[in-house]
Amino acid sequence: MNSLKRVIVFGATSAIAEYTARQLVAQGASLYCVGRNRDKLMALIDDLKVRASDHQHIDGEVADLTDSGQHAHLIDTAEQVLGGIDGVLIAHGTLPDQQACQADAAKTRQEIEINALSVINLLTLLANRLEQQRHGVIAVISSVAGDRGRQSNYVYGAAKGMLSIFLQGLRNRLVKASVDVVTIKPGFVDTPMTAEFDKSGPLWAKPEQIAKGIIKAMQKGKGEVYLPWFWWGIMLIIKHIPEAIFKRMSL
Amino acid sequence: MTAPRSWNRLPYVAPEAIHALTQRTAVVPESLPRPLLAYGNGRSYGDVCLTEQGTLLLTRGLDRFIEFDPQRGVLRCEAGVTLGEILTLVVPRGWFLASTPGTRLVTVGGAVANDVHGKNHHAVGSFGHHVRALELWRSDGSVIECRPENDNRWLSATIGGLGLTGLIRWVELQLMPIQNPWMWVESQRFGNLDEFWALNQRAESCWPYTVAWIDCLAKGNAQGRGILLAGQHASAQTELPTFKEGSKRFPFDPPFSLVNGLSLRAFNTLYYRQPVTPQGSLTHYVPYFYPLDAIQDWNRIYGRRGFYQYQCVIPPREAEAATAALLDTISRRGEGSFLAVLKTFGHKPSLGMLSFPRPGTTLALDFPNRGDKTLGLLEELDAIVREAGGTLYPGKDARMSATLFQSGYPQWEAFNDYVDSSFSSRFWQRVTS
Repeated sequence: MNSLKRVIVFGATSAIAEYTARQLVAQGASLYCVGRNRDKLMALIDDLKVRASDHQHIDGEVADLTDSGQHAHLIDTAEQVLGGIDGVLIAHGTLPDQQACQADAAKTRQEIEINALSVINLLTLLANRLEQQRHGVIAVISSVAGDRGRQSNYVYGAAKGMLSIFLQGLRNRLVKASVDVVTIKPGFVDTPMTAEFDKSGPLWAKPEQIAKGIIKAMQKGKGEVYLPWFWWGIMLIIKHIPEAIFKRMSL
Repeated sequence: MTAPRSWNRLPYVAPEAIHALTQRTAVVPESLPRPLLAYGNGRSYGDVCLTEQGTLLLTRGLDRFIEFDPQRGVLRCEAGVTLGEILTLVVPRGWFLASTPGTRLVTVGGAVANDVHGKNHHAVGSFGHHVRALELWRSDGSVIECRPENDNRWLSATIGGLGLTGLIRWVELQLMPIQNPWMWVESQRFGNLDEFWALNQRAESCWPYTVAWIDCLAKGNAQGRGILLAGQHASAQTELPTFKEGSKRFPFDPPFSLVNGLSLRAFNTLYYRQPVTPQGSLTHYVPYFYPLDAIQDWNRIYGRRGFYQYQCVIPPREAEAATAALLDTISRRGEGSFLAVLKTFGHKPSLGMLSFPRPGTTLALDFPNRGDKTLGLLEELDAIVREAGGTLYPGKDARMSATLFQSGYPQWEAFNDYVDSSFSSRFWQRVTS
């Protein structure tokens, strides 16, 4: 079991990360939260401070994670403030407009930059640090969309797919240093951002539920985790449809 | 898009658009169709939280705490936080809500907008009495911080203001100190209404919390028989029992109401015959205050057609006669609810211009929706309430007439000056037309 006493959360203001942060605080963790939007981040930190007890430490800072020059400084500060790192959750990302990406190569590059390269940059720095200290867990929110390319969102899918493969390799490398690397693949999540969708179907999960799954996976040091679990079965089928058929499908 | 519904699942109306708020300072887009109306956790009844035109602003995403002072018991939080979330935070630190309704699944914004009340109304007033401050966003872009000590006109319009004065973004509450999460509760059976009045008067003078459940189907000498629960927060104890919260969910929508004459009579008789503890016992605050919260989606028991909740208040002078007349009418029709609740309000004047609580007796009942038959019964009840100078609770109403509303809320025209021109509800259109 990995203990999660001191955790850094990147992209802390996303709904899934926010609920994960709340549950971590409820379990007694100290947190360092990084987010892009100042108002949102401050509201999040105030909220976590109210929830935390006096001996837990809650802090954070505003940063645009596409600026990779800042990454080393962010990790240093977090480590100093928390007095060490037991866990890291990387949750930042965007859901690109597929049509806009198709029309504009620069837009496509930009989305891959945010959703894959900025994460890989962070991971490279974090991996070396945790490898040295020989303990800790890194969890990254990837997506079921990274399991197979589909016409409706393959730019996002390609970025997440790159991330998932990078994480596989990293996990393989860090197992020797007793550091766990967890790939989180959420399905449909009922966040306030998706309020306009019809969520009456059984596939929609609450962010609280996903958050619980993330924490459990981090504590147990799991490898790849589908959340909720049944997406494992759905994606198993989707991955095994022959390409000759898949290319004509519209999913 | 699935349209948000109210708790009694009628009327069934959809807005033109819905917009989820996730950040209290975020701009409400100009492009959204007007009028606007906040929708919290969908626990009010009828149409105070619904609109057929314009946009519902979903406030559950505004669920952050802002500041808590554990020394003074002052909590500031966003409007979409539920009372249950507040209790989870503050009870272990020795604080409790000064006033709470019978469900903790309501948002704090909704509790203010309906100026909800609890079993301790006779001792501490309603929810609005414990609001230290709130922030109101107006559609012209202005933001008003309302405090009782400043100019409180906006506060008295917004408390009980049914969400019509603008969007409540945060609320600051004064909490009440407690020693532990337990209640000391005495329950006593009473055989009819006369016994209730005597028992209730004695209980109110020495207990902060009182409420009675009555068997609304009992007739004759047994009319109004029931059980009175009197409670107080337990004092410091050396040893406390353990409490484990269970949760069940009502799993499906029956095609018709499972609440019918047969099941009602059986349930009410069994409930009345349950063992009582006149000598008192310790009960955890959750089952004491929120017995129905243990069954998620309990409203589904009434079937697809939904149900009507009827809650009235009768002024003290007319209370005994009118309560008897209401029960007569209900038992004659053989309609009635699992839990008919009877309670007397205290004399502390409510702060809101449209607040429901006022001196007198309040009776609350649920009726399965059987169409015209049910509506006919409710109109008979209206006549008794009107005659007695009483009124109905907007937060639980789906059908009262404009005349009945306007006679019960004489300040409604003055209140109109505070209504945000870009906010409205189906309820408001119904009772002001």
